[in-house]
Amino acid sequence: MFDGRDPVYLQIADQIRQDVLSGALAAEEQVMSTTQYATTFRINPATAAKAFNQLVDEGVLYKRRGVGMFVAPGARERLVAESRESFFTDTVDPVAEAAHVLNIPVEDVVARLRARAAHLAATTDTTTTDTEAAR
Amino acid sequence: MTATPGYGVTLRGVTQRFGDTVALDGVDLEIRPGTITGLLGRNGSGKTTLGSLVAAFRRPTSGQVLVDGEDPWENERTAPGVCLVRESGDVLDEDRLRDNLDFFAGARPTFDRAFAAELMDLFELDPKSKPSKLSRGKKSAFGITIGLASRAPLTVLDEVHLGLDAPSRYAFYDALLADYLAHPRTIVLSSHLIEEIERLLEDVVVLDRGRVLLTQDADSLRAEGVSVTGPQDAVDAFVAGRTVLGTQRLGRTAQVTVRGGLTDADVARARATGLDLGPVPLQDLFVHLTDPRRRDGAAPAHAESEVLP
Repeated sequence: MFDGRDPVYLQIADQIRQDVLSGALAAEEQVMSTTQYATTFRINPATAAKAFNQLVDEGVLYKRRGVGMFVAPGARERLVAESRESFFTDTVDPVAEAAHVLNIPVEDVVARLRARAAHLAATTDTTTTDTEAAR
Repeated sequence: MTATPGYGVTLRGVTQRFGDTVALDGVDLEIRPGTITGLLGRNGSGKTTLGSLVAAFRRPTSGQVLVDGEDPWENERTAPGVCLVRESGDVLDEDRLRDNLDFFAGARPTFDRAFAAELMDLFELDPKSKPSKLSRGKKSAFGITIGLASRAPLTVLDEVHLGLDAPSRYAFYDALLADYLAHPRTIVLSSHLIEEIERLLEDVVVLDRGRVLLTQDADSLRAEGVSVTGPQDAVDAFVAGRTVLGTQRLGRTAQVTVRGGLTDADVARARATGLDLGPVPLQDLFVHLTDPRRRDGAAPAHAESEVLP
């Protein structure tokens, strides 16, 4: 865990963002404390604190004095909006490049995306449909 | 959180000679109070000498050492607050562990007997045995017990855990982190096991042949090293003008380790030319930076940047 190219605190912040995006962390839910984070992942507490501070600055988390850090209301919706903007450059373009290198026809890629989307639609329950509603 | 987050350390132009040998050569250094700072260096780089100076085991040949703003030499205020544990243990070899604990508890107002007992259990140390009769691993464990239970505002642990097996080392890291969180203080951790300790560190000091090679916060240092892998020509074009730390070639593929953060534009350019960017662990960065082949002919970081007329 945490061995990408980015500094560890950016990776921690990213992981929490992903948890908020996926709904694993709901609005108003308390996140682990700096202390818990540091001991669980065996990292320096200043590193963990840096990640939390960044998320507070971004409005993903907010601090309740003496209690801890919580997921900000509306954080997920904001993250969804931001992630949509970067989705094509960060996620789709590399797929197109890899497919090009491997000589995989675009139609095959599209077919795969359709099949996967149909599978997700069939297995996903109503809790994630507010994303659909936002469209 | 306590009122004292720990002692800071400042060295100004510190030189330490032993006869013809220069152990430390004009060292300027700052260790921030309340941090876990990693002191890294190859054998003979001056780490142990630095520890001895800070703990006032000796005075420097020249220059100034400050601990919590004061000269630690024969200083009654700072002495009880500085705890140096070296690989050798620095304990009373012929006294039972129990009596050793009594001795150190008497010498240090911050010593916590209950925590010491906990650590003795954790490392399966028998209070009735003597340090001289212990295995290397158990000796290390006892040094760690003294070092952590002292809760000194400045604790210097110099290669204390080299003799421990892997499970005991992880038990040590966990105990260190948990106790540091509960009782913030300055901890200087020197170790060759960089891979294992790097995440514990807030700051890093690298010594090389008696000089400070760099002082930096660990996270940004780690982000500085990048490995660039891909077709030889594309790699060479990408790394031109950067500080190259190491190069490996296999057939037409090259992997070059560079120092210096990449911008988003750099990352995009690398991706567009089919290059893979990867992390460089702190340990590899350390190996590159202290490579003797780099030492004399090493180009300064900005040697290749253009100078406008």
